[in-house]
Amino acid sequence: MSLNARATGRPGVVWAVPALLFFGIFALLPMVIVVALSFTDWSGIGSPTFNGLDNWAHLADDSQLLPSFRLTLLLSVASWVVQTAVALPLGVWAAAAGRSRATLSAIFFVPLLMSSAAIAILWGLLLDPNFGLASVLGPLVGVPDGNFIGNPDLAIWVCIAVISWQFVPFHVLLYQGATRRIPDSLYEAARLDGATKVQRFRNITVPQLRNTIITSSVLMLVGSLTYFEIILILTGGGPGTATTVLPLHMYLEGFSSFDMGYASVIATLLLVLGTGLSVFVTRVTGYNRMDSQLEGL
Amino acid sequence: MRKRLSPRWAAVAGVTALSLTLAACGSSGPSDQASGASTGGSGSGGKGQIWVITDASLNPLQKKSAETFNKATKSGVSLTVSDFANDPYKQKLQTAIGSDNQPDIFYNWGGGNLKQYVDAGQVADLTAALDAAPDFKDKLIPSVLGVGTIDGKVYGLPMQGVQPVMLFGNSDTLAAAGVDGTPATWDDLLSDVKKLKAAKKTPFALAGSQGWTELMWLEYLLDREGGAEVFQKIVGGDKTAWNDPAVIEALTKIQELVDAGAFGTNYSSVGYDDQGTLALLAGGKAGFELMGSWEVSALAGSFPDFAKSDKLVYGTFPTVPDGKGDPKAIVGNPSNFYSVTEKSKVKDGATEYLTSTLASDDYVQGLLDIGQVPAIKGLEDKVKVGDYADFNAFTYGLVADAPSFTQSWDQALDAATSQTLLTNLQKVFLKQMTPQDFAAAMAAA
Repeated sequence: MSLNARATGRPGVVWAVPALLFFGIFALLPMVIVVALSFTDWSGIGSPTFNGLDNWAHLADDSQLLPSFRLTLLLSVASWVVQTAVALPLGVWAAAAGRSRATLSAIFFVPLLMSSAAIAILWGLLLDPNFGLASVLGPLVGVPDGNFIGNPDLAIWVCIAVISWQFVPFHVLLYQGATRRIPDSLYEAARLDGATKVQRFRNITVPQLRNTIITSSVLMLVGSLTYFEIILILTGGGPGTATTVLPLHMYLEGFSSFDMGYASVIATLLLVLGTGLSVFVTRVTGYNRMDSQLEGL
Repeated sequence: MRKRLSPRWAAVAGVTALSLTLAACGSSGPSDQASGASTGGSGSGGKGQIWVITDASLNPLQKKSAETFNKATKSGVSLTVSDFANDPYKQKLQTAIGSDNQPDIFYNWGGGNLKQYVDAGQVADLTAALDAAPDFKDKLIPSVLGVGTIDGKVYGLPMQGVQPVMLFGNSDTLAAAGVDGTPATWDDLLSDVKKLKAAKKTPFALAGSQGWTELMWLEYLLDREGGAEVFQKIVGGDKTAWNDPAVIEALTKIQELVDAGAFGTNYSSVGYDDQGTLALLAGGKAGFELMGSWEVSALAGSFPDFAKSDKLVYGTFPTVPDGKGDPKAIVGNPSNFYSVTEKSKVKDGATEYLTSTLASDDYVQGLLDIGQVPAIKGLEDKVKVGDYADFNAFTYGLVADAPSFTQSWDQALDAATSQTLLTNLQKVFLKQMTPQDFAAAMAAA
């Protein structure tokens, strides 16, 4: 405990101990172990044996690596575009007062309460081409045989749609809270100046939501970089390898082929990619400078 | 706000302890009660866990037999059954074996699947226990027991019916399309496809979202084209055998079937675990399905009226023109097996359960009652009675007459090769990969 903390009565560094310990044991330690495992040969049973750079050399001849990487990029970018385009307007809309808005918002949040497994199984049944909703809706959207998750060109987009369905409510919640924090005085002043609704949204709401947009974007981008539960249950990476995103490729190498060493190599790659991406986004957007959006108010 | 040192430290410690405890709770699975409870030593009681695959018909029998054993045994051991879905089970087992959360008895497929656990020293050698129970040993069919035998030692005991793959059909659908029973030859099969398509039915239901259902087509076609020895070479480690002309011919026939619309157009969206193909067959939307003999118990669980009716027909896989294979040869799972973990704390009790139960009259009859023929000798009379008498007699005869019984490839091969095989085969069915590319990719895998 520092002298400063005692003098001011503010929380000292010791208050961070539980969080730091938790982070160390459940985040940092596994990362270190994964990096260590990437230099071993291990099937999950018995003990890992050191095999040097064998796993890393395997990266060069893994024909699934690049396709998986491309799919992961597609998933990240498409999820970000789709989810932001839906969540931002919906969050701003939901922030305003009104009983019907509150009721509808509550309904929109339902997917947030469901586990990924439940969502994937639910959608799996809905997407059954012979007995599910897919057989009814498919013909209306140009898929007469309801073959959504079995079509290599469509399957990844179906996954993006289902993942968005799951996570949009969470981001709506972020935007709703942030919008409610914007001082009314800004809107009043704009109204006096004769700004239209669209102008107020563009020139007040969006700039005021800047930090929330960055937070939400980082969560989406980095999140979809490592996300695979729904894809695993919905398509298993198929048909063929049409939806085998990088984290799923890692999972299948680890838990279907039982090659934990190579799976750890992919995990390490994902770790570097994810950290790099979040650092990049916060740098580029200036989020790390922690500027206030309310200076002068 | 005044704070003194000691309460603050106490609070920090308390919160830390609490959060770590919560995390520990969160990370442990439902299997905790499994091994956590198995504290007693052999002979002095204790609890044991049996891990099996979810099967609506079989699970009640497994649970009942464990209860019967628990009441009868003098070892004081009490066994409970936990069931898991098929695909996650293999992953759960792989990570649990050798850990503190491991089961005492586990369901497996024998062959290459069991061998990896044996190689890791995690499976108990049951040879001595089997020799000590000659009455039990004599009842087991040797060729099936062989799949649970590795390097001359018995590690797995057959625990359910023999499971040859065969053709199933819905006679109402077939009759409406003018198809008479299951096809005997490849030409019959092709003409059946045309007739069923003309009647707006899916000729063969196929759960293409799960690669192993497609694998059955390749297993049978290769067996018919080139005989059982081609795959025997592959499983023996000769990867050049993937380039055998019979492999190419079998895959070419598969793509011809796809082109002919034999599986419909949306088969790669259909699943087996969620009863997708069962519903197609029982609901009259598809004419046939190629599936293991467990199809009958699966149908009995989900569509009991159909399973018990005369509408459900079955037959052997057809012959192919100029095929080198024996038309009586079969593929599938010779059986599934129970093995005991080496470090189980109730090893003796678990072994006693296996030797006293698996060939007992109650267990054998229980299997026959749900349409499964156990790998037990001398059932000629028993298979002729009961709800599934005709089907059981057919299965028994099929296995008894078969010159070879090739184990499902994804069980016979190691896990990494199986994974590559299933992914590549899906691509062949999607026509994303040619037979030649498939053979080259597998030879290099």
